[in-house]
Amino acid sequence: MDRKIRILVAKPGLDGHDRGAKVVARALRDAGFEVIYTGIRQTPDMIAEAALQEDVDVVGLSILSGAHMALVPKVREALTTAGLEDVPLLLGGIVPDEDIPVLHQMGVRGVFGPGTPTGVIVDFIHNELREPL
Amino acid sequence: MPDLSTASGLVAALNEGNRRALARVISHIENNDALAQPLLAALYPQAGAAHLIGVTGAPGTGKSTLVNGMALAFRQQGLTVGIVAVDPTSPFSGGALLGDRVRMRDLAGDPGIFIRSMATRGSLGGLAQTTADVVMTLDAAGFARVIIETVGVGQSEVEIASTAHTTIVVEAPGLGDEVQAIKAGILEIADIFAVNKADREGADRTVMALQMMLALGGTGHQQILHHGRMLPVDLPPAPPADGWTPPIHKTVATQNQGIAALVEAIEAHRGYLQHSGLRQTRDRLRAATELRMILRDLLLQRTLAAIPAADIAALVHAVAAREIDPYSAAQRLVARTTS
Repeated sequence: MDRKIRILVAKPGLDGHDRGAKVVARALRDAGFEVIYTGIRQTPDMIAEAALQEDVDVVGLSILSGAHMALVPKVREALTTAGLEDVPLLLGGIVPDEDIPVLHQMGVRGVFGPGTPTGVIVDFIHNELREPL
Repeated sequence: MPDLSTASGLVAALNEGNRRALARVISHIENNDALAQPLLAALYPQAGAAHLIGVTGAPGTGKSTLVNGMALAFRQQGLTVGIVAVDPTSPFSGGALLGDRVRMRDLAGDPGIFIRSMATRGSLGGLAQTTADVVMTLDAAGFARVIIETVGVGQSEVEIASTAHTTIVVEAPGLGDEVQAIKAGILEIADIFAVNKADREGADRTVMALQMMLALGGTGHQQILHHGRMLPVDLPPAPPADGWTPPIHKTVATQNQGIAALVEAIEAHRGYLQHSGLRQTRDRLRAATELRMILRDLLLQRTLAAIPAADIAALVHAVAAREIDPYSAAQRLVARTTS
C-alpha cells in the first residue's frame, strides 16, 4: 500500500503574492507529500471543488492581503457544503495575534505566520492526521 | 448519506453522480489498498464507452493549457470530460508538486468536468502505474471523453499510446531540428500533432519538419519493450496505406486558437477508429497488455512469497559476488516454485 498524504495549497482572494505558498508547497513536496498547487485568485468554491476532486487530506490557504477574517469563513463554508467538513484547514500568511483564536473558532486547525520553519508545518500535518487513531 | 466506507456503497454513490464518492474511489485505486480490487471488479464492466485521449509532449510545450481549451470545446458540444493530469514524483523525497490545475482554472465550477492530478509514484513511462485504472474509473462514471495528460516526456516514453484511443503529441517551435523529428520514439505514436505556441517564430519550420517525417512513411513497429522491464507493450498496428495520416494542427492554446480544429480532428480519428474496426483492435491490444502486466506482478508476488527471504538474499549475494549470473539465479528461483 503506497498511501501518500495529499494536500491542497491555494491562494484565495485577490493578492498575487504567491512566493510564500510556493516555498511551502515545495517544502511539503520535499517532505514526501503530494501537493496539489492551484495558484492565485482562487474563489472559495474553486478551492472546495479542487479539494473534493483531488480527495485531499489537508487544505492549506495562503493569505497575505489581510482579508483572512473575510475569506476563511467562506472557504470553510464552501468546504462544508461540499461535504468536506472533516478536512483540516491550515492558514499561512500575515495574521495579527488577536485574530488567531477567532480563526481557531472558525475551524482553522493551524495558523503559521512569517518566519515559521517549514519543518514545523510538516510536523503539524503529520500530527493532525495521526490524531483520529 | 451514502456509506462511503465500503466498495458497494462507493459504487452505488458513484453511479448516482456523487463526486466525492468518485474522488474516494480514485484514491483507493491509486493507493492500491484493500478496497481497490473489489472497486475495479465492480466498475470494469461499466466502462468502455468513453473516448480516451492522450496528450503528451516535452515539458513546456503547453499541454495543460491545451487540455483546458480542448475540455472547454468538448463542453460546448455537450460532452462531459474527465481529466487525469500526471506529474512526476520526486525520486528523492517521494513527494510531488502537482501543478496542472493552475492552467485549468477555466474549467472550475462545471459539474460536467472532473479533474484529478496524479503523481507518477516511481513509474517512468510518463504515466503512473494506476493511471489506466483511474481513467477506467472516470469512464465507468460516465464521462464521454477522458483526457490523459502525461508528464512532460522526453523521446521514449510512449506508454500513453497503449492507454489512449487517440494520442496527441504536442510540439512547440524551437525545440529541435528536423533530425529530432525523424528519430524514433514519441513521434511515432502520434495520431494527431499539435504545434502549440504557433504564434512564435519557427512554427512553420516545425510543421514542415513533421510533414517531412510523415512523408518519409510510417513504421511497422507494433511492439515495444517497456522501459527496463523487458516487457512487451503492444502498440496499435500501423494503419493501412489508405488509412489515417496524422494531421498537424497549429494552435495557440493561451488564445484559444486552433482548438476547434484540433477537437474536430480528435472526433474524426474517433470515427475512423470505429468504422475501420481499429477501435476494437486497440481495445483488445490494451486488454492483452494490461493482463500481461497484472499477471507479471501477481506471479512475482507469488514467487517471492513462496521462497524464504534468506534464500533470495543468499542468491543476491552470489550474484553480486559474480559467483552466478542473474539470469541463472532467476531461473533457479522459478524452478523452485514450479517443481
